[in-house]
Amino acid sequence: MIEVEGLTKQYGRTVAVDDLSFRVEPGRVTGFLGPNGAGKSTTMRMMLDLDRPSAGRVLIDGRPYRSFTAPLRHVGALLEARSVHGGRRAHHHLRWLAHTSGVPSARVDEVLELAGLAGVRRKRVKGFSLGMHQRLALAAALLGDPPVLLLDEPVNGLDPEGIVWLRTLLKDLAARGRTVFVSSHLMSEMALTAEHLVVISRGRLLADTTVERFIAENSRSYVRIATPEPSRLREALAAEGIQVTDSGDGALAAAGADPARVGELVAAHGVVVHEIAVRSASLEEAFVRMTGDAS
Amino acid sequence: MSVLVPALRAEWTKARTVRSTWWSLATTAILSVGLAVLLGFQMAGLPPERRADMDLAQLSFLSLLIGQIALVVFGVLLVSAEYTSGTVRASLAAVPRRGVFLAAKTLVAVGVAGVVGVAVAFGTFFATNWALGGHGTTLGEPGVLRAVLGASAYLAMMCVFAMGVATVLRSSALALGILIPLLFLNSQGLASLPAIRSVTQYLPDQAGAGMMRIAPDEVFFLGELDFGPGVAFLIMLAWVVAALVGGYLSLRGRDA
Repeated sequence: MIEVEGLTKQYGRTVAVDDLSFRVEPGRVTGFLGPNGAGKSTTMRMMLDLDRPSAGRVLIDGRPYRSFTAPLRHVGALLEARSVHGGRRAHHHLRWLAHTSGVPSARVDEVLELAGLAGVRRKRVKGFSLGMHQRLALAAALLGDPPVLLLDEPVNGLDPEGIVWLRTLLKDLAARGRTVFVSSHLMSEMALTAEHLVVISRGRLLADTTVERFIAENSRSYVRIATPEPSRLREALAAEGIQVTDSGDGALAAAGADPARVGELVAAHGVVVHEIAVRSASLEEAFVRMTGDAS
Repeated sequence: MSVLVPALRAEWTKARTVRSTWWSLATTAILSVGLAVLLGFQMAGLPPERRADMDLAQLSFLSLLIGQIALVVFGVLLVSAEYTSGTVRASLAAVPRRGVFLAAKTLVAVGVAGVVGVAVAFGTFFATNWALGGHGTTLGEPGVLRAVLGASAYLAMMCVFAMGVATVLRSSALALGILIPLLFLNSQGLASLPAIRSVTQYLPDQAGAGMMRIAPDEVFFLGELDFGPGVAFLIMLAWVVAALVGGYLSLRGRDA
């Protein structure tokens, strides 16, 4: 479990992270969502004690990060993918990391295999693509088989196959009781991977909720009605208290209306319609609207 | 100790798995020994009357002053390469205690530069005196062994000093931009101005010159010093400690 309490980071007058408090529970994938520049990476760096908080603290399984003597066995982290010395070979990078926490060398080959890098283990890292860098960083995060995983935008640069692999891996780790905290600026990706969401914008907490509830609360659905007699339909629906707006694509939109009721009213008034359909605003729109409202 | 040993193994693995380590150390050796042979032959070939006013016993140390640049580069890269590549975040996430991290790096620098320092100082000494033929000196002469050991220690200490400075500055360009001119300030004429000299003689390269002097009162090729080899060693040690303390404070206080 990760506990974040009143975490704040100021750079001069700029507040990058503003009094954040939340918990990341084990046994599920928690998505850390926010637009670019929301303070996600800064928060994650403070979780690893790389950046010093201006106020507040982070506890990992009840302990401050600095108190771990073999941290890689407790927390696996992926920050920026391209943070490996270019002249070093992939397996050497993992080997020195393994030494720091007393991880046996055999585990290096295991995670290279797991990340699909066994074939390039002796290659110097500077020749790696972004996707390979990301895989190496994931291998590094998994090295100590840690109960807590912190991954900052792990999907970046992965090919579709890699994304599916990662999604399955994270769900699988969570199912085995691990704490999995994954940041992303893509709501759609989080909807597929995470069960729980922590949403921030401009350093502030906007939501700490399940993905299901977040979607229910934030994606507004509407009934789209295509008709050659828009004014008659408007009148008919307005008489029943249903608000109608222009859907923007030449049809009418009745926000939050019951499609069955709309159909009954159409029949009762004898209005010609070509289509009645329920549409929901995409998650991405919901997310943009939500983070936009906060600013 | 239980945290230092794993950190030390990691730092050693890091140091030996990048090519810059090997080329910088090889350059130190080739530059020092190569120059020693060239200078030795050059001096041996001079007419006897010109050779008479020279103190050829000191000749081997002159090559070390050039060779040390590559060793300084090694010390700087040990730390600054972590910052330029971003590896430092992985390093500090893996070894979160800044003191342990710096201690492990320092011990690797001391170990590597210690071995290289002894090898290069003695190698240069023997190469120079072999090339000089009968005009050189031997380790058996008074003060010579102490001076060569002083040169070995100086090389190792200079490397650790450079590493400490790089930890404060976090940039190869900045660290080398300050260190390399510093190494040549005195030899580039500043030393001839007595007012400046009374201050600059305490700079690391001059402390080093003091450590390599064969006789405490001899006029060294870099100029005069007001202190002997023992004090020179302490001055150099103070520089190393200051750089490491600065590095520690920077690691502890600033975001990685």
